[in-house]
Amino acid sequence: MGKLQVRLIGTAIFLSALWLLMSGLYKPLILGLGAVSVLLVVYVLHRMDSVDEDRVTLPLSPIASIGYFFWLLVEIARANWAVTKIVLSPKMPITQHLFAVPYTQKSDVGQVIFANSITLTPGTLTVETDLGYFLVHALDYSPDDLVALADMDAHVTAIETERAG
Amino acid sequence: MDMIVEVLSWVFIVSGSFFTIVGSLGVLRLPDFWTRLHGMSISDSAGVILLILGMAMQAGLTLITVKLFIILAFLFITGPTSTHAVANAALVSGLKPRSDVPPEKDPEFNPNPDSK
Amino acid sequence: MFVVATVSLFIAMILVLIRLFAGPSLYDRVLALNSFGTHTVLFIGVIGFLMGRPDFLDIALLYALINFVGTIAILKYFRYRAIGDVRRDVSEADS
Repeated sequence: MGKLQVRLIGTAIFLSALWLLMSGLYKPLILGLGAVSVLLVVYVLHRMDSVDEDRVTLPLSPIASIGYFFWLLVEIARANWAVTKIVLSPKMPITQHLFAVPYTQKSDVGQVIFANSITLTPGTLTVETDLGYFLVHALDYSPDDLVALADMDAHVTAIETERAG
Repeated sequence: MDMIVEVLSWVFIVSGSFFTIVGSLGVLRLPDFWTRLHGMSISDSAGVILLILGMAMQAGLTLITVKLFIILAFLFITGPTSTHAVANAALVSGLKPRSDVPPEKDPEFNPNPDSK
Repeated sequence: MFVVATVSLFIAMILVLIRLFAGPSLYDRVLALNSFGTHTVLFIGVIGFLMGRPDFLDIALLYALINFVGTIAILKYFRYRAIGDVRRDVSEADS
């Protein structure tokens, strides 16, 4: 039993679980339709695998990722409050600025997580990605932002496993 | 226990509604396109997370909660992606943001100095 | 409780709609449209709870998918003037 079979069976189990959770109707007809859909999708995936050997890999450690998720929630809450104060204050003290933030993630997934985390925290926003740095737009820029973003960068790099993807 | 869940879901839903209105107010009130993006990201992050958490607490441990969390995960990934897509399209089309920080105070290097 | 959420989402949607009509640039409108879509997803979910029919969440999930694809399609259309395959010369000249 090779790695490919394991992947296909894992995909089938995942899709079946998704179907069962989403439908919530456990009648023979609906379950049969679900089984047919799962088999069809797995067959198509297996066929397309012969076109290219491109596999989705997640070079992230699961436990550290969950920790990062909760850390990110705290960051989002804090940033939300800061931006809410700006929007609600009558004068709206804005010092907007576009600046470059270097990233240290090796894998594509890590870079995507870092860029999306920057965008998800209100007040900062990834505008452009380039080799070695992101262009980030900030609503209320201060030099501390660079320190905060470098801290976030270190957090994202910490959840990556060594394998470069 | 039921009481705590009830109160918590009240808090989540009311504060989620508050942040949604604040975000929309930001989209309406902020002075230019680049700042409006930040207003939208309030209702995209805080509003969505708090409202869906509040609804999930009302639903309890059922399949509805699973569905709510699937919606949350989806919005969590696509929200920043579409914000980035809009911002990037605007930048590529030539809508440059204005900078309020004088260049001599900027500690970072400027990636395209000729465009200043 | 869900009445509060419904009313405030409704107000938020009207505020975003004003921005959608006011513009001024194309990207302001796309931004407002995307935000309106996110609000609609939440609105459908909250209405489902308010009316005691959580089946509405399926529609909300579908709307979230369509909203994302729609935003990307609009942006792609205005950049390349085509939704499907982009002609080589246009895409190379542009990027």
